Amino acid sequence: MRDRDGVTALLTIDGLTKAYPGVVANDSVSFSVRAGEVHALLGENGAGKSTLVKMIYGLVKPDSGAMRLGDAAYTPANPQAARSAGVAMVFQHFSLFDALSVAENVALGMESPPKMRALSAQIRKVSEAYGLPLDPARTVGDLSAGERQRVEIIRCLLQDPKILIMDEPTSVLTPQEVEILFKTLRKLQSEGTAILYISHKLEEIRSLCDGATILRLGKVVGTCDPKTTSARDMAEAMVGSALHVPQASPSPKGAIKLEVTTLDLPAKAEFGTSLRDISFRVKAGEVLGIGGVAGNGQDELLAALSGEALSAPHAVKLGGTPVGQLGPNARRKIGILAAPEERLGHAAAPDMSLTENALLTGAIREKLTRNGFLKWRDTEAFARRIIAGFDVRTPGPDNAARALSGGNLQKFVIGREVLQNPEVLIVNQPTWGVDASAAAAIRQALLDLAASGAAIVCISQDLDELMEISDRFAALNEGRLSVPRPTRELTIDEIGLMMGGAGDMDVAAPEVLA
Amino acid sequence: MGSIDPLVLLAAIMMASTPILLAALGEMVVERAGVLNLGVEGMMITGAIVGFVAAYESGSPTLGFVTAALGGALISLLFGVLTQFLMSNQVATGLALTLFGLGLSSLIGQSYSGLRAPLTPDLHIPVLSDLPVVGRVLFQHDAMVYVALALVVGVWAFLKFTRAGLILRAVGESHDAAHALGYRVKLVRLCAIAFGGALAGLGGAYLSLVRVPSWTDGMTAGAGWIALALVVFASWKAFRVLAGAYLFGGISVLQLNLQAAGSKVPADLLSMSPFLATILVLVIISARKKGATAAPAMLGRVFHASQ
Repeated sequence: MRDRDGVTALLTIDGLTKAYPGVVANDSVSFSVRAGEVHALLGENGAGKSTLVKMIYGLVKPDSGAMRLGDAAYTPANPQAARSAGVAMVFQHFSLFDALSVAENVALGMESPPKMRALSAQIRKVSEAYGLPLDPARTVGDLSAGERQRVEIIRCLLQDPKILIMDEPTSVLTPQEVEILFKTLRKLQSEGTAILYISHKLEEIRSLCDGATILRLGKVVGTCDPKTTSARDMAEAMVGSALHVPQASPSPKGAIKLEVTTLDLPAKAEFGTSLRDISFRVKAGEVLGIGGVAGNGQDELLAALSGEALSAPHAVKLGGTPVGQLGPNARRKIGILAAPEERLGHAAAPDMSLTENALLTGAIREKLTRNGFLKWRDTEAFARRIIAGFDVRTPGPDNAARALSGGNLQKFVIGREVLQNPEVLIVNQPTWGVDASAAAAIRQALLDLAASGAAIVCISQDLDELMEISDRFAALNEGRLSVPRPTRELTIDEIGLMMGGAGDMDVAAPEVLA
Repeated sequence: MGSIDPLVLLAAIMMASTPILLAALGEMVVERAGVLNLGVEGMMITGAIVGFVAAYESGSPTLGFVTAALGGALISLLFGVLTQFLMSNQVATGLALTLFGLGLSSLIGQSYSGLRAPLTPDLHIPVLSDLPVVGRVLFQHDAMVYVALALVVGVWAFLKFTRAGLILRAVGESHDAAHALGYRVKLVRLCAIAFGGALAGLGGAYLSLVRVPSWTDGMTAGAGWIALALVVFASWKAFRVLAGAYLFGGISVLQLNLQAAGSKVPADLLSMSPFLATILVLVIISARKKGATAAPAMLGRVFHASQ
């Protein structure tokens, strides 16, 4: 097989189609990847990228179409077959086992691993050769997100893959860690490994990839050379329409609304993070952006602010009143609202209707109960206002929260809090897994709310988002918060340093643990 | 208490502990694979009756134990198919299995009540069995006592050193990750469930063939539940299961002897002492080293490959 440049293609995808009940995930998708090429797969959520790579990795069988690897037909029956053919994959949600050691995790991803001791030596050797030091004896549950990803990458590298598939590899990394990853990938590329790279981050794709295939609703809608195409053009090709960029109207900053002083909170869960000595203030009309790599205390901070976790009374103050000992409902009553990261199960009850979910946080401020009885009509009206105001696409408020797509449910969850006119709104990952146009709408809603005089704390791992909407920026690192600084003055390198960088990971402890 | 012979007592402990040791060890493997099977009691009593019937009809205790293991495995596969393929709730299905096993054994055992099982011979190991004191306490038991001990070592080594053991632990730790890597989660779990059923069956048969040795309705009398509790308190570790089982067996034998010797302590208090002591000791062990969090992360969770 020869591709458009007349160079032999390593992997050729020809007309792959996969349909699930009610949706065609991939509709006759074709493209090819050369040896030593970094090829990007672009597309919004639901465009079919994950299904496509799962077919290449043997996890899903295509309904029709063919794949070729080198000169031979390639029809992997299962991941084992894919791995022995030379296809390796790094998963978006890591396929790791928290309670097992690094070496055991690596062994589970190999066909015929050597003895544990030999494998440990091999892990050390390969990980250092690629600049990703790892201690094979450590328990994976104790590793940082960056280190966990190293485990996955090393697992792939030990099998000398011809093709490495990477699904959203940088979403959990600091900028410095991303640099290390890119160095590794470029080294692999120079050794002739083809890399299939899935990401939302267009600037990364522009700096790393040689070719790109753009998917929309399961179909290939175009190809481009990322080095010469602007990020905006690629984004519009993905979405299929012009993008709306959120605009902040500069609002005069008012009095201090939320004040957190030396907040300490020991970790509750086994792999949780303790909050240490956190202090910051947010004024009316201001957006404070809090960045940081996942697992550095984001969930715990949200819980401490929303009232799910109680703290010393004076550690959290609203307009000068201590609220540290108030629970979530008491805080809602005085105007502190929150939208947590996990949509299903934390922000919304999956099997309850949107009306019921609207009631769950809105009952107090929207006065949806009387003498302990529910006011269903008012509640439904409230749910309808959210649906209309935030363009939530659903047949109606009787639908279960679970039935909504991620983006639509997120709009509902954010809208539910925004419409209650909070004094302070705390959001965690407000646009996680949401497509570009819905994300823009959510960000605009947050900016509008700030303009109307609320104080907003936006916790997010998406640095672009924080740069776009926050007035000041601070980073969480192992439960500590850096001093907030005006966002406009910051460079991406400074942000990386605030997030803890990758400096301490570079020299992973070399001593052997028994 | 002069009437209690300490040597007889020590020797009796090994026998008394073997049924729950076997059942708890099997359940531990099941739970390490991420499955919570509350039907241990039902599988034990099924093993007790089918083992008894086979041994009585054939006159061979060996055949009895083999049949008990097969019977336990077979009835556990009922649980396996329901929970793994038909996605039924593991807690409810396990409870149902216990009730089903109790009823089924009662039905099969109707005409076997009060009969005596053929004798299971004690081993005589040259030299070792003839040692003074130690020989009588440790080396003059029937083969199943040693099979149970060998199984403890075997299970420990299997989980720690073999690839199959690693895969089993991986499945119990994160079935989604194991599936993504291409392991057959349901098959692994089904094998673990069958193994757990076989061991519970052996434990039951040990009751009806050696310890009692005859068939009475409901003769397991909660031993399966003790085995379940042991697994949790032993933090899913094979040698702690062994320690817990021997502790429980030891105090059971001791309190029986005390009752027989006419102790002044009320019999009711003595009867509950094994339960109290076992729970107490194991709680202390597991509290000390954050043992409660050693549970397999997927314990009791339904796996559904959502591709």
